[in-house]
Amino acid sequence: MLGLPSDIWVPIQLTIELAAITTLSLLVVATPLAWWLARSRAAWKEGVAAIVSLPIVLPPTVLGFYLLILLGPDGPGGAIASLWGARTLAFTFTGLVIGSIVSSMPFVVQPIRNAFAAIGDRPLEVAATLRASPRRAFWTVALPLASPGLLTGAVLGFAHTVGEFGVVLMIGGNIPGRTRVMSTAIFDFVETMRWRDANMLAGGMVVFAFAVILSMILLEKRFARARA
Amino acid sequence: MTDGETIRAAFKGTLGKFSLDAGFTAPAKGVTALFGPSGCGKTTVLRCIAGLLRLPDGLCGVGGDVWQDRDGAFLPTHKRPLGYVFQEASLFAHLSVRRNLMFGAPHSEGDAGRGRIAFDEVVELLSLTALLDRAPVKLSGGERQRVAIGRALLSQPKLLLMDEPLSALDRATKGEILPFLERLRDRLSLPIVYITHAIAEVERLADQIVLMDKGRVIGAGPLDELQSDPALPLAIARDAAVTLDGVIEKHDSGYGLLTLSVGGGSLIVPAPKASTGEHRRVRVIAGDVSLAREPPGLSSILNVLPARIVSATPVEADEIIAVLALGADGSGARLLSRLTRKSWEQLRLAEGTSVYAQVKAVALAPGRGELG
Repeated sequence: MLGLPSDIWVPIQLTIELAAITTLSLLVVATPLAWWLARSRAAWKEGVAAIVSLPIVLPPTVLGFYLLILLGPDGPGGAIASLWGARTLAFTFTGLVIGSIVSSMPFVVQPIRNAFAAIGDRPLEVAATLRASPRRAFWTVALPLASPGLLTGAVLGFAHTVGEFGVVLMIGGNIPGRTRVMSTAIFDFVETMRWRDANMLAGGMVVFAFAVILSMILLEKRFARARA
Repeated sequence: MTDGETIRAAFKGTLGKFSLDAGFTAPAKGVTALFGPSGCGKTTVLRCIAGLLRLPDGLCGVGGDVWQDRDGAFLPTHKRPLGYVFQEASLFAHLSVRRNLMFGAPHSEGDAGRGRIAFDEVVELLSLTALLDRAPVKLSGGERQRVAIGRALLSQPKLLLMDEPLSALDRATKGEILPFLERLRDRLSLPIVYITHAIAEVERLADQIVLMDKGRVIGAGPLDELQSDPALPLAIARDAAVTLDGVIEKHDSGYGLLTLSVGGGSLIVPAPKASTGEHRRVRVIAGDVSLAREPPGLSSILNVLPARIVSATPVEADEIIAVLALGADGSGARLLSRLTRKSWEQLRLAEGTSVYAQVKAVALAPGRGELG
């Protein structure tokens, strides 16, 4: 494909697949969580927020280690895997998705939470005085008004998943065609002295990261103009 | 909605350091002004009526519908048939003006019935035609507030709550919105509870008034009654005035003067031509009314009315606020007169004395139309 050797092309494909599935799952999981963190008056919600944010400061090896135990045959991951006759979720693509969801969660939750908080109570109160049930107010008012935050969260979640290395190496094991993604493939190329291939992937990721950050800045500017 | 229906509201509780114990009953027609200084709890009462705020010790109902009672019944805001206009227009930034207007409009055709407020009617009433396809960010402050009012109306409310809808606007824009509010009041048979701390808005718009101070209701009733009650702050204020409802008797086009009959007398007011029988609201400031024991001789003052002194209340150091009842028998509408204690004693005035009230100036409030 594209004239690339398969041991370069397959990790690229796998990375995109992983990041896409992770991002979609994160939007489903992180949006209600961010809503709750933005709106709840519960005192312990900041405790939950801190747990969600742990992956930002923890060394990926620490996160990966505990995920490995949780996904392994003796953890809950093993129990889930037994449902379809497998022994473990560690060293599988499913395990990678779960690990990526956990490690990218704070990058998605935070901007969405901020966007919900920035809306304030007023638009929701207005919606209620216009007969909108809380459910309708969420879908037709809160979500559209928070859409810049959702977009930011999705882009950051996707980009962070693409760039994750430590967790992926710990729980994925760098198995070609199954869990070898771009970041671990680069490591492998360097170990085996394939500098040219490493450079191709690494350079691609630099371009990708630059494009992501630039488009985020431009998008935010556009939203700010539209709502000013 | 029949004339006998009422708005009932009573709420008691503390919010931080603020304690509220306010209740009132008002006819469910016309404009009821919730009036009082900033921080007296007006907005809190309005939010309680809307169900945006829940005080456990509360009672709220309109007509036969109970929205909250002391046994724990509490209808959530979105199930109450009300419209709410906030201080800031609070339009939905992601929707066009048209979609903002339609946000609360009932979808089912089954709701199309008598008394329904139509989209075209609201657009015409509030002059929104040119704005329909614009985004809220492209509107001026006054335009935004008009859209917010239209949006509330199109949700087909049985009660419209307005929380200082003019206070966030500059003077010129206020003047632009007030006529719309008057048209609204006169054309739709929709009871309105209107919060303001500007007495001018009360005088122009209100039929009933609920006076609030420090979380309590200190008076409630028809506007003219409360304005002329010397026990309440309105009558003893420096700018005290009464508003009277008058019926046009005749128009003198030669001099551009309108003769209005009010209870117990008639007043002559400079005004453009209008048809006989129409209602006009006039405002008479206490300081513009002087008293005489005898009918005055030749005078430039057009309005001299026989009246009787109902009460006299000393205000400030050496002034007296006298409440007058128009008519030789003292059975007509109430006026206020502010005079010095010296004049009071020299004329040997007392409660029950028959006098002639000389009214230096009468201001006409904008027309109420046929609906009066």
